[in-house]
Amino acid sequence: MPADAAESALSVSSVFPQLEALLPHVQKPIQYVGGELNSTVKPWEDCDVRWALMYPDAYEVGLPNQGVMILYEVLNEQRGVLAERTYSVWPDLEALMREHDVPQFTVDSHRPVRAFDLFGLSFSTELGYTNMLTALDLAGIPLEARDRGLDDPVVVAGGHAAFNPEPIADFIDCAVLGDGEQAVLEITAVVRAWKAEGRPGGREELLLRLARTGGVYVPGFYDVEYLPDGRIARVVPNRSGVPWRVSKHTVMDLDEWPYPKQPLVPLAETVHERMSVEIFRGCTRGCRFCQAGMITRPVRERSITGIGEMVDKGLKATGFEEVGLLSLSSADHSEIGEIAKGLADRYEDDKIGLSLPSTRVDAFNIDLADELTRNGRRSGLTFAPEGGSERIRKVINKMVSEDDLIRTVATAYGNGWRQVKLYFMCGLPTETDDDVLQIADMATRVIQKGREVSGSGDIRCTVSIGGFVPKPHTPFQWAPQLSAEQTDARLQKLRDKIRGDKKYGRSIGFRYHDGKPGIVEGLLSRGDRRIGAVIRAVYDDGGRFDGWREHFSYDRWMSCADKALETFGLDVDWYTTRERGYEEVLPWDHLDSGLDKEWLWEDWQDALDETEVEDCRWTPCFDCGVCPAMDTAIQIGPTGRKLLPLTVTGQGDG
Amino acid sequence: MQRIRLRYTKRGRLRFTSHRDFQRAFERALRRAEVPMAYSAGFTPHPKVSYANAAPTGTGSEAEYLEIALTEARDPETLRRLLDTSLPAGLDIVDAVEARTSGLADRLTASVWELRLDGVDPAEAEHAAAAFTAAGGVEVQRRTKSGLRTFDARAAVVSLRTGPTDPPPADRPTDRPCAILRLVVRHVTPAVRPDDVLSGLRAVADLAPPVPAAVTRLAQGLLDEETGAVTDPLAPDREAAAPEPPSAPAAAAAAKAPA
Repeated sequence: MPADAAESALSVSSVFPQLEALLPHVQKPIQYVGGELNSTVKPWEDCDVRWALMYPDAYEVGLPNQGVMILYEVLNEQRGVLAERTYSVWPDLEALMREHDVPQFTVDSHRPVRAFDLFGLSFSTELGYTNMLTALDLAGIPLEARDRGLDDPVVVAGGHAAFNPEPIADFIDCAVLGDGEQAVLEITAVVRAWKAEGRPGGREELLLRLARTGGVYVPGFYDVEYLPDGRIARVVPNRSGVPWRVSKHTVMDLDEWPYPKQPLVPLAETVHERMSVEIFRGCTRGCRFCQAGMITRPVRERSITGIGEMVDKGLKATGFEEVGLLSLSSADHSEIGEIAKGLADRYEDDKIGLSLPSTRVDAFNIDLADELTRNGRRSGLTFAPEGGSERIRKVINKMVSEDDLIRTVATAYGNGWRQVKLYFMCGLPTETDDDVLQIADMATRVIQKGREVSGSGDIRCTVSIGGFVPKPHTPFQWAPQLSAEQTDARLQKLRDKIRGDKKYGRSIGFRYHDGKPGIVEGLLSRGDRRIGAVIRAVYDDGGRFDGWREHFSYDRWMSCADKALETFGLDVDWYTTRERGYEEVLPWDHLDSGLDKEWLWEDWQDALDETEVEDCRWTPCFDCGVCPAMDTAIQIGPTGRKLLPLTVTGQGDG
Repeated sequence: MQRIRLRYTKRGRLRFTSHRDFQRAFERALRRAEVPMAYSAGFTPHPKVSYANAAPTGTGSEAEYLEIALTEARDPETLRRLLDTSLPAGLDIVDAVEARTSGLADRLTASVWELRLDGVDPAEAEHAAAAFTAAGGVEVQRRTKSGLRTFDARAAVVSLRTGPTDPPPADRPTDRPCAILRLVVRHVTPAVRPDDVLSGLRAVADLAPPVPAAVTRLAQGLLDEETGAVTDPLAPDREAAAPEPPSAPAAAAAAKAPA
């Protein structure tokens, strides 16, 4: 293909010539030039609604993001609509862009972000908030929504963090909760109509029209009133026609939305280089710490044949050599065995590997593991018991027994695996030192059993630990977060116990950094609008890329928070380590994830009583509230269908 | 087993592709195009691809070469078209021949580079090139992984003269001067890169372009010591394939290659 075609498609508004002069001076310039396989450039003039989509992190992390990739394709398939992508630029390029007045640009056509109608950001994590401010500022868009004019894009937040967008309420124009596929089309229609009418009533009218759909949250249309002690008194709409509560969006039939059909294939190296297919959405296992599992209910499976078709087309379109079967707990798909076997059979000659990023111990079996590694490498297995003691696993409702785990890893070691990774959390509600120290006992039993069944001393078990952060819309939304100091102290004891084990300690790896980033994440995830001042102060002080250890500064966050929160008579502890009560109005109560707050509270009480809850896929409904509130239902198989071998494989036409 | 030699480009914005990036993209293109690749033996088999002499990241190229090994014979031109459509625009496969001779790498002894110096007066560039050529040796420095290294940039240069000034690309300002230099340089160890020659021009004549030079490799091949020209390295394979005449598109692509 001639390069001229791509080059001439750049419209006059492209900033590429200015950017190009800077690229020889920055690291990995390829991440800023676009031109990826399967990327789309549409003529600017032919479209009346234009979206800039951002994953507010570095290109290498942002490009493989499924959410952005799906919306990019869904929007670009529409006549008269275009979507281009933009990512966070590293500080080396940011400095040069400021020096040479180059604005935040899209990688597809290098158009300035400010020229678009909508600027959509997908937040998987709260640690992208400062990067949003960098992008807005580089784009020349006022940081605060109230300062924006008619020609500034409407800034839309989405992704899991958007279920509590209050900390960024000052900076966004609106937020969308839940699945984006249909929501972006609804927003597009509203913007198109408003533009066609000559933009009546300006920006305010457009936002009002969006808010009135009931599916778009416009923070500016709600006032927050506070009690003298700092808690929220109430959140009230300040315009007529604006709903009291805003609902999440749910796509019901995944087979009708087989996106991405043509996944982007980057030239630069990225964190995931594979053809990813989401095999189901939602999870009802009911782990109480898991925000993703709570806010994405109900479970909706993609059918085995739908998955087969997406893999087939996706591999042809990309040339990837690995297929990732994504979901919150992939082994729980009702036909996972058939899917894995069918795909492994089909791609045996093409050396295509399969991966299942999230696997539960109790859903795992060795046949499945064999299929997964048949065409690829047999490297390591990862399981997440999450809690070290049986007691704490009851508290978090992760119903995996230690015997289950030992049985599973025994099979794995017996079948040739050499490495098992176990993931745990520290700082869970009601947790004591003893709960955490039992992690060492579990790892010891794993190694003991592993040596026994493999007849080899050459096996390993890695214990990887993350600090628990309470999240909105979960039963633990009321829970106190463990302080960074207490978390670090507890884990030091665990480390000492593992290291002190002469017989097994050398076979057990231990991975943990420190509790500080978790406190900042906790501050942001359960924060209210007053946290906006903290984010702004951190950004002004140079805070960027908070998800990156080498850029994150705990001290900066704490000193900015101390200063900004003093005005309100509050501090970081108030937001993080404080337990909330039943009566308290939570900052996200007016945002409807479908979960009944009463049910969440009961589940929180059950957690404290160490009472478990079953999965509603296999047992009767336990009234979490989602299905009736959202008019949805569980959609699972089995369909009984099989994946047939493709008629033509591995045949070139030369 | 059939071996096919390909010439490919790094054009426009995709010149920022690093060699590692290109390798990944090319191996994916092989999969998409369902090329019957031969694989290396071993625990993690890799498709058999040999790359020669890749241009540095950030420099464009019209003449990069690689060789692939196939388990089943394919028509080179059909394969070229298939691979070309499987790669992003800018990474273009422009020529393909079946390997009938040995030692492609041995035939890549020199390169022709075009250096576009935006904002530099052609007369000034001509003066600098003359000063560089007249010098017996031009000492330059380059930062390498092991520190700052000093070496001679003159000896490897076969010729350096001002080239024809084409109309500038549409997306560039036209109101300022632009000088074009054409450089023929031998492949020696340690390599002398266009960047080193630019450092040399600064050293001998204080030539300092206001924006980074746009550097493009125009050709690579065997240096004809008498004429100073660089010849097409795939020509011997084409000749060995006679009496069958080369297919038309391949000939056209080869004719385009400036030597």
